[in-house]
Amino acid sequence: MLLQVKNLSKNFSGLTAVQDVSLEVSEGELLAIVGPNGAGKSVFFGLLTGIFKPTSCSVFFRREEITGMKPHQVARRGIARTFQTTALFDQLRVVDNLALGYRLRTKSGLCSTLLHTRSWAREKQRVTDRVLEVLKTIGLSHRAFHFVSTLSQAEQRRLAIGVALMGQPGLLLLDEPTGGLVQRDTGEITELIRSIHQEQGVTICLIEHKMRMVMELAQRMVVLNFGSIIAEGPPREIAQDPKVIEAYLGVDHFAETQ
Amino acid sequence: MAVTRTLKERWWQIFFLALALALPQLLTSRYIFQILVMGYLFSIATLSLNLILGYTGQASLAHAAFFGIGAYGVAILTKGGLSFWMALPISALIAASVGFLVGLPTLRTRGSYFAISTLCFGVIVSIVAGNWISLTGGYTGIVGIPTPTPIRLPWFGEISFQDRTAQYYLVLAFLLLTLAVMHRLTGSILGLSFMAVRNNEVLAGALGIDTFRVKLLSFVVANFFAGLAGGLYASLIGSISPSTASMELTFNWLVYLLLGGVATLSGPIVGAFLIPLIMESLQFLAEYRMLIFGALLIAVIIYFPRGAMGAVQMWRQRVSGILHRTRGAREGVVAGQEP
Amino acid sequence: MELFLQQLFNGVMLGSTYAIVAVGLTLVFGILHVPNFAHGHVYMLGAYLAFFLMTQYGFGFWIALFSSMLIMAAVGVILERVAYRPLRERPHIDSFISAVGTLMILETSVIVIWGPQGRRIPNPYPDIVELFGVTMSHQRLLVILAAVVMILGLHLFIKRTTAGATIEAVAQNREGAMLVGIDVNRVSSLTFAISAATAAAAACLVAPIFIISPTMGALLGMKAFVIVILGGLGSIPGAILGGYILGLVEALGGGYLSAAYKDVYAFGALILILSLRPTGLFGKEVS
Repeated sequence: MLLQVKNLSKNFSGLTAVQDVSLEVSEGELLAIVGPNGAGKSVFFGLLTGIFKPTSCSVFFRREEITGMKPHQVARRGIARTFQTTALFDQLRVVDNLALGYRLRTKSGLCSTLLHTRSWAREKQRVTDRVLEVLKTIGLSHRAFHFVSTLSQAEQRRLAIGVALMGQPGLLLLDEPTGGLVQRDTGEITELIRSIHQEQGVTICLIEHKMRMVMELAQRMVVLNFGSIIAEGPPREIAQDPKVIEAYLGVDHFAETQ
Repeated sequence: MAVTRTLKERWWQIFFLALALALPQLLTSRYIFQILVMGYLFSIATLSLNLILGYTGQASLAHAAFFGIGAYGVAILTKGGLSFWMALPISALIAASVGFLVGLPTLRTRGSYFAISTLCFGVIVSIVAGNWISLTGGYTGIVGIPTPTPIRLPWFGEISFQDRTAQYYLVLAFLLLTLAVMHRLTGSILGLSFMAVRNNEVLAGALGIDTFRVKLLSFVVANFFAGLAGGLYASLIGSISPSTASMELTFNWLVYLLLGGVATLSGPIVGAFLIPLIMESLQFLAEYRMLIFGALLIAVIIYFPRGAMGAVQMWRQRVSGILHRTRGAREGVVAGQEP
Repeated sequence: MELFLQQLFNGVMLGSTYAIVAVGLTLVFGILHVPNFAHGHVYMLGAYLAFFLMTQYGFGFWIALFSSMLIMAAVGVILERVAYRPLRERPHIDSFISAVGTLMILETSVIVIWGPQGRRIPNPYPDIVELFGVTMSHQRLLVILAAVVMILGLHLFIKRTTAGATIEAVAQNREGAMLVGIDVNRVSSLTFAISAATAAAAACLVAPIFIISPTMGALLGMKAFVIVILGGLGSIPGAILGGYILGLVEALGGGYLSAAYKDVYAFGALILILSLRPTGLFGKEVS
């Protein structure tokens, strides 16, 4: 079991955002978390990665308890994430963004940086190699030295996934990776996620609204509503679950996307 | 194209270095020497302020306090009989350690809270400097600080720093050292993590960067060089007072930095040289100096937040961006990636 | 005992000034999120205007005070419009730098016009009363009384008038206020006008007691920030309470411990408290 969440709850000054969620993610799977706006999906990611402090729960990653750790500590243990509103270093170039995603795998401190020691040079080479590799994966090689602010929306989405991928995470959390994108770009991102999952064997946990994409990609689905899990299972079953259809998805919605 | 650009840049660097090395042979005026030495000293101070404010995005307004700590350190230690070459690194290390201790609580705060708490620390330092009379000489300060101890070099013979040419080269050497350190830092993944904290602290944390440690490191290094500049100042100018650690000095550097260009290596030097020079040449405006500075500061932060060198850089990027784009498009067509 | 009472009285007087200045700052910093670091300098300019009107045009104390308040209200509006409004969507630190520019302009203007030396405003109420062995000048009593009146007035303004209600609305929810059609620009101008005018009033009231100088605002501005941060951003009761506490601590600490280091207490306390609670004593959890 890669990730194990037990009884996760979070109140924001009395308002319950996530209530008693228990969830397991096993090595190599692609899990999708769906649910209407405000169902607590993003807060759930925030709780896993230490951005919010959970009111009560325990989270284990690779059998180690990570509850209440700071974001950088969680990241260093191998959980990488993207944000719902694309978060990138918009004052920096594409390559710099990617290199920063690899920072957690580098050790160079003040002395080795100032003296340009041999280990520093080796590490620099490693960073460069990994950046080139990921650039190819996300298909942004031709944009490597451009500033992030000059990229298109879809390119920024791809870059954000690339940055999260840089540190070779054990678990990749993607928060609406295709939010606000047009059909064609959505398809490209879907392909990218599929190749990351299948070819590189990264475990992925995905928050998504676009049902067709989830049906295509996910092996398992979890439906959140009002902060609690209301259904869980393979996408085909979930799509038939009358409780889910009634509570959130709506018959029309499925009819339209299928 | 990238190669020619770095070459061109290299030529400029060599030109300025040669100019700086040749200047003492070209000039004789004592007055000009004084201005140049001060320009170099303040360049070191502004460069180090740039590290914490420009690159890391944390507005430390206690920079002159650390400059003052370095200055008082060298003054007290050399007057106590210690060699300048021991006193200078010790004082810079004291400034860095105090920076570490002050950074521990203040760097936990953000934005204007950090600016205000460092400012508070700055005021405390100048009050202590004015009142701890047995150590600091109170508001009259310390006078008669010895010039740097002569050093003996093989082949070169003894260098005495009584001579102002030697003093000039000494400060120039330290400026080059500071520049080299800043250059290596900002060109590395460590330096990138500074900029990451400035640009998006939450994302930096999510990528496994310990943002507090990054800020602390940047603050300590910045204060080390502030202390170094202060120590040099004390020894070369010969007298110090609480005004050496005053807010006004920090504000001056802030103006140099912002006008010259934040988060560039050349900007702080351009600012620290050009602005005092312009002010000197406009003597009749002496009274209005701070008035003009203030107005410039507001105008620059609103309309040109990247300063003079930032504007040059931006213009260059735009030119190279156009070239890149046409080239990128061509490659894209070949690879079939773009329509 | 008499020394204690005397220091207590002085502390309350000092605290009254701090409270008014801090309330003005908490309005712009806490509610508009503008780190108006030049607030102390606005205060200083207010005192100089009164000095100028009294010595140059022979205005009486009260007329000079109200004129100074009016002029400074206008200065506050201009300040917000020129130095802060263009930076509203930018990082806090940019406004802070703009504030540093502003205070340089204000301080130098006063030095250029009136010179760097201290000036004295003729004391309109030089009489003295003695009570329980404590010497109280009428002017000092007036400061305390005026502070209470101003704070009450401000409270009534915010709670009982429409204009005041818009300020409170923006304080509670900026986007919401915009949605219901409140003009945020107008509220900003209004808040800055009130903030500058109250600072000017405080300055005019204490000016006859102390010497006025171009640097009198710098430390006071910082102390106001300390009070606002510790008292909770945007909290008017916090600013008032913090102001009086700081006044008392300084008067008693200065009287009993060391006068030279009296300013160190406030600033040291800020650093210490922020190290325990980075968002201030009553600050909210920032996500």
